[in-house]
Amino acid sequence: MTELPALAVAVPLAGAAALVGGTLLKRRRLIDAVAVAVAAGVTVICALLLVESTRGPIVYWFGGWEPDNGLALGISFAIDPIGAGLALLAAGLATAALVFSWRYFDAIGGLYHVLLLVFLAGMVGFTLTGDLFNMFVFFELMGVSAFALTGYKVEESEPLQGALNFGVTNVIGAFLILTGLALLYGRTGVLNLAQLGAALQGTEADGLVVVAFVLLVAGFFIKSAMVPFHFWLADAYAVAPAPVCVLLSAVMSELGIYAIARVYWSVFEGALGGQAPGIRVVIVGIGVVTALIAAVMCFLQRRLKRILAFATMSHAGLFVVGVGLLTPAGLGGTAVYVVADALVKATLFLAIGILLHRYGSGDEYHLHGRGRELPWAGLLFVIGGLGLAGLPPLGTSLGKSLIQQEAALLGYSWMPAVFMVASAVTGAAVLRAAGRIFLGRGTRDDSVRTEDEDEETETSGGEGRTPLVMVVPAALFALLSFAPGLIPAFEHSTTEAAHRFQDRQAYQSAVLQGVSPPLPALVEQSSSPLKGLVSGVVSGVLAIGLALAALSWGRLPLALRRAASPLARVLSGLRNLHSGHIGDYVAWLTAGLAALGGMFALALR
Amino acid sequence: MTVLPYVVAAWLFLIGLYGIVTSRNLIHLVTCLAVTQSSTYLLLLAIGYQEDATAPIFGDIPMDAEVVDPVVQAMTLTDGVVSVTVSALLLALAVQTHKRAGTLDPNALRALRG
Repeated sequence: MTELPALAVAVPLAGAAALVGGTLLKRRRLIDAVAVAVAAGVTVICALLLVESTRGPIVYWFGGWEPDNGLALGISFAIDPIGAGLALLAAGLATAALVFSWRYFDAIGGLYHVLLLVFLAGMVGFTLTGDLFNMFVFFELMGVSAFALTGYKVEESEPLQGALNFGVTNVIGAFLILTGLALLYGRTGVLNLAQLGAALQGTEADGLVVVAFVLLVAGFFIKSAMVPFHFWLADAYAVAPAPVCVLLSAVMSELGIYAIARVYWSVFEGALGGQAPGIRVVIVGIGVVTALIAAVMCFLQRRLKRILAFATMSHAGLFVVGVGLLTPAGLGGTAVYVVADALVKATLFLAIGILLHRYGSGDEYHLHGRGRELPWAGLLFVIGGLGLAGLPPLGTSLGKSLIQQEAALLGYSWMPAVFMVASAVTGAAVLRAAGRIFLGRGTRDDSVRTEDEDEETETSGGEGRTPLVMVVPAALFALLSFAPGLIPAFEHSTTEAAHRFQDRQAYQSAVLQGVSPPLPALVEQSSSPLKGLVSGVVSGVLAIGLALAALSWGRLPLALRRAASPLARVLSGLRNLHSGHIGDYVAWLTAGLAALGGMFALALR
Repeated sequence: MTVLPYVVAAWLFLIGLYGIVTSRNLIHLVTCLAVTQSSTYLLLLAIGYQEDATAPIFGDIPMDAEVVDPVVQAMTLTDGVVSVTVSALLLALAVQTHKRAGTLDPNALRALRG
């Protein structure tokens, strides 16, 4: 039991190492079974850690190098419910992805399973660690395995380019993080998050601390794909195999946001906390811009995976808003939203996988009307689309309304409109695709977008029936996505976890002194469920309306379509910015870094 | 302590990014990425450096000798390992891209747009 934190990372790594040997056996089913068993084992470990951490933070020192008189010497894992919850989410989704992969790929080597387990180890380590350099190492570990998984289909040109764009931008992000942490180390001489927080608290935030903060935030923004660091994401998610997309979209993007919250509250709050309003404006602003731009881009796509890639990005923008409010209620609402949204996106990506497996195509125009024989898959799409829109009683509506309420309390009274637009438009894009594929509504081919995009063929397609191991995980996620909204205890415990996450003093004394102070009594905020319910219903209705309008575009009055044509020019300009050219992406990244630095310099004067 | 290493580190970072942005060849691009990364090595080592201090190997030097910071050296080493992994993977992807698309020029590789 005491070694459990180390096992959470050691088990998947050992499993991966064993499977490298196992690939020589060429026994596909054996490799599948071992990989699923390892991932399920990690899920159990993470669940135990989550339960344990609700009683107080778990601090684990590798090699028994405990702090000496409050000075951290060794490397620690410091586990709280939010970190453990994310680890559990990653492990659960990885298990489901491996089960789904059982029949998904015809010919796939064991190295796929190895990479997936290494990816899992990286994500779990990233969420549990209490050391900044350790965080960088796990960031790179999950990055490298994710690049390889994205480009797994090396026989084709698209996955290779997607993986290269993904790899180069994210590696630059890692360098930014490393540079930021090196500066912090130069100032304080420590790397432990709690120790860093102790060293910086009460000090005047000078240029060096602000630069380090900017570099770390920019590095993590690249991972969570905030505008203008976001270009790689759609390229990567559009070409990665569907089960891998589940992990990328439902966990990895969120981990970048988790890391910003982690370093802000454990390290920087003591030095920068006095200027929280300025930091809030910058982070919330970036979140809003990302949520809206990505929502528009989402609606313009025709390939299902690209629709979901931009939906992921748009919702990540909403999560950044929630975290960027810099309050416990904002973080708690984000935690609820992240879990609910992860289940919705997992459902959708697996449903797309089912279509790819059966028809070898993931393009809503190619699939026009072909889904009529799969009404249950259509149901998954509809649940997913409404989940993205945040229609009650789906869990996403609860998370959304919690963040909106907190934003309104802080004076962002226009925030509900942003949430409504972003969630309704992303939901509408999925519902539109569902209407076209499963009901045969709308045009067969769109003359506006005739560019013949090569279809990804990660599966050969043409399968007569869909195996049960692919249907069950998708259906399970669809059912689970109702849970966060229907279990009242869930909201309560995430709010409590968020309060604890932000208590820097308690974190420090738990890590450095090994003493957990008793939890402060939680002040229940009077939430108004009715308001959230109304805004959820409105965005759900809006999503359905938009989807119907898009499907019957050709039958709308000519005047209306004419009026929309200047808009179309703006939108095509926006699309052209997403050029697929890696040099462009890095140029945007550099400009974004400079802009972020400038904004923080102004905000933290 | 001089500021020279920090200036060089910043220069390496920016010149590497410039190389990536303007690159016309993926192999060149991955090498530029390695240039960017080498700025982090220099920064780390500069942070731990002390004038007139020796290497932190306590075999045959007195325990109270002045030594440079070993932690940043360990971090640099880890960073180097990461760099090798990343470069190897990206180069493999580049080689494979050349096989499939027949070119290494990012300007000609525009399969992913909009």
